Amino acid sequence: MNSLSILPPVLALGLSPLLIGVIQRTKAVFAGRKGPSLFQPYFDLWKLWRKGAVYSRTTTWVFRAGPVMGLAAVGTATLLVPIGSVAAPLAFAGDLVLFAYLLGLMRFVTVLAALDTGSAFEGMGASREVWVSALAEPALLLALGVVAQGTNALSLSGMFAGLADQGLKMGPALALVLVALLIVVLAENARIPVDDPATHLELTMIHEVMVLDHSGPDLGFVLYGAAVKLWVLGLLIVNTLLPLGTGSATWSLAMALGGMLGLAVVIGAIESVMARLRLVVIPQLLVGAGALAAVALMLGMR
Amino acid sequence: MMLLALVLIPTAGGAAAFAVRPAAWRRGLLVGTALMHALVTALAWAQRPAPVFGGWLALDAPGLLFLSITSALFLGAAIYAVGYLRRESHGAQQDFEEGLIFRNEPEAVFIGCLLLFLATMTLVMVSQHLGVLWIAVEATTLASAPLIYFHRHHQSLEATWKYLLVCSVGIALALLGNFFLGVAAAGAGADGAPVPLMLADLLRGAPALHTPWLKAAFILLLVGYGTKMGLAPMHTWLPDAHSESPSVVSALLSGAVLNCAFVGILRAFQVCHAAGQAAFAADLLVTLGLFSMGIAAVFIVSQTDYKRLLAYSSVEHMGILALGVGIGGAGAFGSAWHAVNHSLTKAMLFLVAGNILTVYRTKSILAVRGVLRAVPATGLLWLAGFLAITGTPPFGLFFSKLSILKAALDQQRTGIAALYLGLLAVIYIGLATAFLRAAQGEPPAEAAPERLEHRWLAHAPPAVFGLIVLCLGLHLPGGLRRLLEETAALLGGGL
Amino acid sequence: MKMDFLLVLVILTNLRLLAAGRLGASIRVVALQGVLVGLVPVLAPEHGPGWRACVLAAGSVALKGWVIPWLLFRALREAEISREVEPYVGHVTSLLAGLAALGVAFWLNDRLPVLEGTSATLLAPTALFMILSGLLLLVSRRLAVSQVLGFIVLENGVFTFGAGVMPETSLLVEAGVLLDVFAAVFVMGIALFHISREFNHLDAGRLSELKDV
Repeated sequence: MNSLSILPPVLALGLSPLLIGVIQRTKAVFAGRKGPSLFQPYFDLWKLWRKGAVYSRTTTWVFRAGPVMGLAAVGTATLLVPIGSVAAPLAFAGDLVLFAYLLGLMRFVTVLAALDTGSAFEGMGASREVWVSALAEPALLLALGVVAQGTNALSLSGMFAGLADQGLKMGPALALVLVALLIVVLAENARIPVDDPATHLELTMIHEVMVLDHSGPDLGFVLYGAAVKLWVLGLLIVNTLLPLGTGSATWSLAMALGGMLGLAVVIGAIESVMARLRLVVIPQLLVGAGALAAVALMLGMR
Repeated sequence: MMLLALVLIPTAGGAAAFAVRPAAWRRGLLVGTALMHALVTALAWAQRPAPVFGGWLALDAPGLLFLSITSALFLGAAIYAVGYLRRESHGAQQDFEEGLIFRNEPEAVFIGCLLLFLATMTLVMVSQHLGVLWIAVEATTLASAPLIYFHRHHQSLEATWKYLLVCSVGIALALLGNFFLGVAAAGAGADGAPVPLMLADLLRGAPALHTPWLKAAFILLLVGYGTKMGLAPMHTWLPDAHSESPSVVSALLSGAVLNCAFVGILRAFQVCHAAGQAAFAADLLVTLGLFSMGIAAVFIVSQTDYKRLLAYSSVEHMGILALGVGIGGAGAFGSAWHAVNHSLTKAMLFLVAGNILTVYRTKSILAVRGVLRAVPATGLLWLAGFLAITGTPPFGLFFSKLSILKAALDQQRTGIAALYLGLLAVIYIGLATAFLRAAQGEPPAEAAPERLEHRWLAHAPPAVFGLIVLCLGLHLPGGLRRLLEETAALLGGGL
Repeated sequence: MKMDFLLVLVILTNLRLLAAGRLGASIRVVALQGVLVGLVPVLAPEHGPGWRACVLAAGSVALKGWVIPWLLFRALREAEISREVEPYVGHVTSLLAGLAALGVAFWLNDRLPVLEGTSATLLAPTALFMILSGLLLLVSRRLAVSQVLGFIVLENGVFTFGAGVMPETSLLVEAGVLLDVFAAVFVMGIALFHISREFNHLDAGRLSELKDV
């Protein structure tokens, strides 16, 4: 941990809505529209935080606590992920497990909040969300495991710093890990082809339907938390893709930020080009991602 | 030169058969080619032909032995086939026992594939390079698949599909075994040069072969070629293919093709023996042999289809062959002799079964009664065949089985000997029930002996085969004995 | 290094086959696999490929990448069957079984003694994995066409092993092997045509009339 370590969490908290803006702009460009401003998500958040909230009479404190706790969880997760060679503020052996479970905690409190409303729709969304995440988690952990095994490090900062030296030797395995991580990112952040964030048909929603009842600041926390989660998971991909062994910290930071924007464009492109998969095909996709990560692990272990 | 003639004559005949139009000429071509092939084989007895292509094709003792069996069998089968094809050509569509209407395969395809089948089998016997051996064995599968599908209905199609797939998968594993052998031989030549897959080179460089790879190679070759040979548990294609194909084809499959696969296993065994791994290989052979006999015994006892019965009997005898080679000593001699006896006897039985099928129009042994009354010649051959196949003296099979038993007892392997005798007894009971019940009694009303036309063609080949087996039992000619001893010596045994 | 990438791609094609849901896609993946496997003789020799290896590679790529898929597509067209794969085990189970097979292949590779003179240590495990997944495909698929695909994958595995480990095998033998495989698929294609005509389906699971009990 050096003095620059304050940067990863700050950048995460500050720039993640920009990521959402880039995705939306990319989709608009593909559709031939002009699209909203890149900073529209910031304006949306500002608007929401100044509004009042409406709470249903059937909900309890769980409903109110959900979004805040989720944001807190993913905010803590930002303390763990490095950017390139800039180490994260918090790094210890096994912190990748903590990372995965902080994201799981965020999902858990969101699901609880959804169930707390007592509505069937939110329950359906909650069960689907948990199902998708249960299938994606092995892929995520296996993919991180490949990098850990290849670099002989057990903390995220150590892993990605070590990737700079080991990167080329792990060539094929890293390619597989990238594909697996991309599928996990799409699944965990409710993007096409796993879920459509822009749908207004309730029966096709997975993530959207869970957060249907939140309003005002709570909705703001939910949207912000989702953006930070996308940033944090996307950062894993960028870290794997750009083994940044360049000595200069600013250069690696700049490349990482460029990579994140590029990733946002890629996600926007995928969303514009593909259609959402049928629900029965999603397990096959996610198990496929897990299989790719498993193959990479076997390649690395022999 | 002679070796090339042996392979090229049937190939040319097969190619010509596709082009020849008149049916009678085609059948004449079949018999003529078979006759020429048999003549050249007889010449090879008189003087062993010289190797060609730098030793890639050569005729050693096992090759000559199995080649003669194949040639003789094919000649008899060809003569029988003429009568069979005449009977089968009465109409393109026939009623079968299930009331289906089906067609037969075009005769040109049948005869052409038969001759190509002979050519590929000859190639198996004369090849000294294990790669060429593999190619030839796979080619026999491909050449014989259309033969099984002669009667074009769904059951024979199912049998053909199973045959194609199971044998191809098995032979693919044998190819992997060949490659493993290549790896074992990679550093075994003089100054570390790789040894080519020529049998002579492998035998010479055998002590330097890399043992783990050699063992793995033998296992794969045993499983792969064992599939083609009909060793349990890889025998699953055998009963279906034999019951659905015409009797001529069944006779050739049982009598010749199983031997081809056996030759493949024998070559692998030769290499193992030269490398000092004979004990390992022999144990595997004994295990598979006894297992095959056991499976055959179980399925023979309650069998209701007489062609499947004969097929399982083939599985049993292939088990005996493997057992004999595995026991070694006099057992190897007994195995080689048993191969001769079994091929002739099984061919005879299948041809006779074909006669019965023509007369009775049913494959169920329960519906066949009174063969002795309906067609006396067939009945007599049926009974003679039963006596021969179960190993009753004075038929040759008795003596070959006895040699194997004697070898087992000589080595004090009384457990194996006891199991061997016990299984033989069970099989005897199963076969006796079926055969004797079919032969005796009054023929049912549906039996129509007049359907068996061209009686001479239908009875002469099986009769000749039976006579040969009888004579071999009474007296083993010197030339044959020398050849058998030479074969056994190559397998590490001998009387 | 190039060989490693090639072999990883081959492993991926196998997994894709195990998880595939449509016959047309499966045949194309097998064609791709045939092309990739055909490149092994070119990349395998340590001192660069000789003209024999190039000829063999060209023939292999042509046969497996073009002719055999063409045969199979023709068989499919004649049969006019549904294009779903219809496996006995689900896609996810097949994929997991494939991963287990990959693990077994790596384990077997460790058990076998070291192969000297190979340019890649990924070769033997990939070949063994292809053989195992070919057997898996053969056993767990219902349609006869899928069984033929399993056989082709099996042969690809054996061919990879041979071409990669023994590059100095005689051209004649390798060519003979190739032709044999082609002829086998050809004959199977004819059989498929007959099956579809006879049964009005290509469901090998229904080919079970001949039995003993």
